[in-house]
Amino acid sequence: MALEELYREVILDHYRNPRHKGSLSHADFHAEGLNPSCGDEFSLDLAVADGVIVEVATQGQGCSISQASGSMMADIIKGKTVAEVEEISTNFKLMMAIEEGESPIDPARPGAVLGDLEALQGVRKFPVRIKCADLPWTTLADALEAAQS
Amino acid sequence: MTNHLRADFPILDRLVNGKRLAYLDSGATTQKPIQVIDAVADYYKTCNSNVHRGAHTLADEATTAYEGARAKVAQFIGADSSDEVVFTKGTTGALNTIAYGWGLNRLQEGDRILLTVMEHHANVVPWQLVAKHTGAELVYLELDDNYRVDLSGLDKIMDERVKIVSVSGMSNVTGAIGPVAELVAAARRVGAIVIVDGAQSVPHLPTNVATLGADFVVFSAHKMLGPTGIGALWGRREILNEMEPAEGGGEMIADVQLYESRWAPIPHKFEAGTPPIAQAVGFGAAIDYLEKIGMTEVRRHEIEITQYALDRLAEVPDLRIVGPTDVAIRGGAVSFELGDVHPHDVATILDQEGVAVRAGHHCAKPLMRYLNVPATARASFYVYTTPEDIDQLVTGLHRARELFGLT
Repeated sequence: MALEELYREVILDHYRNPRHKGSLSHADFHAEGLNPSCGDEFSLDLAVADGVIVEVATQGQGCSISQASGSMMADIIKGKTVAEVEEISTNFKLMMAIEEGESPIDPARPGAVLGDLEALQGVRKFPVRIKCADLPWTTLADALEAAQS
Repeated sequence: MTNHLRADFPILDRLVNGKRLAYLDSGATTQKPIQVIDAVADYYKTCNSNVHRGAHTLADEATTAYEGARAKVAQFIGADSSDEVVFTKGTTGALNTIAYGWGLNRLQEGDRILLTVMEHHANVVPWQLVAKHTGAELVYLELDDNYRVDLSGLDKIMDERVKIVSVSGMSNVTGAIGPVAELVAAARRVGAIVIVDGAQSVPHLPTNVATLGADFVVFSAHKMLGPTGIGALWGRREILNEMEPAEGGGEMIADVQLYESRWAPIPHKFEAGTPPIAQAVGFGAAIDYLEKIGMTEVRRHEIEITQYALDRLAEVPDLRIVGPTDVAIRGGAVSFELGDVHPHDVATILDQEGVAVRAGHHCAKPLMRYLNVPATARASFYVYTTPEDIDQLVTGLHRARELFGLT
């Protein structure tokens, strides 16, 4: 059933035990995301050295989907170059049908492309919740935009 | 209970996600009985025209229908005369009309506007705008442990500086009934005017403006079986006569010259432009429907269904009610938290069970911060709500607990 696909165990684990929680006293880039219609909040600190995201810290408040998405995002972007992170972000948006195009996910190799994040595919069946999953990623885009300007 | 009314509400027959619809979001907007839907359709089919202009038959019939709806609203709330009822876009429109028409022109630096922390954004933000323009100051009453407005410091707060008191008749989040009578009495002593945000109270409680003693009572049609896009502002005649219009345009003038104009008499001076005519007709039909049930019966049913809901919700482990548990001091908007399951997740799971609830901050962020809850889920009831709806809600909540592994 759709609800079991939405609330996978890995999502609830990230919701209840968010990774990289907190803030960085020496953040190079900071961005805050807010979904005013539902009140979900997400803030992101990045420390970048030589084009590599060396440290990530996030804080937030909201539903399991938005907060799990943020925790999984923090996990996957740490240690990646900005260019790699942009590719991950594009793949995430393709997977969630936020951007039009073929999903990069290979059903034969679960988790191979986006790791835990692939568990969020179930959200696609709940169109009103896609914006929840996307909140950390729009926040990330704001932070990266600041990084590049 | 009121199962026999359900046949009047066509939407209640539909399925949602393959399940019977349990519509528990009446605090956001109520469903409409066929009598209201037909009244709107009949108006368009038979006498659609513009009001208060043109000498033709349709214009005359449309005007009669529109003004007839005003008379029904006036009679419903016990107003002296129809002139004291202004049609607005809704409660928000009405509060802005008062804020701009009265507040902006009357307040100055040093004056105070007294609100409570349980107000809806519609009864907060217009006053913040007025305060910004005039230099007046906002002052808030807080809540007691039972989610009621705490009046213990009222004597100290209510002094000559307070010019406007604006309070919700019933919280859209906690369901708590507002202390209107007490605030009216206190405001009288210092000459402040009292505004009642009746968006939740007028649909759910018998309301008589003559005995209430307030200066303004505002409410929305769509929260009491009527159409969206229309509401009512009742005000005391002498205040309405003195109040400036917040909007200018057609319909609201007596004479227009190049550099100045004179206003039409009340209520029309506050109704610039073509009004929501079909919606007014629907509003009138909604009032007819409620009058037929009787507001005493509406309240009796609400107490009964709210008690049933509170009893059933008490059986759900990890569930915490955010609001009074005594039905005598509350209405049928029941906010709750379910363990660490976020309200949006609760709402999604309930929706799969056919249960419609609201989740979030309910346009009352100051209250959510005051209560230290980021969001709540809210089940809210009206005349068509049955114990079966509540049972379906409880089943859905058990499903949410199961999905989130609460034991």
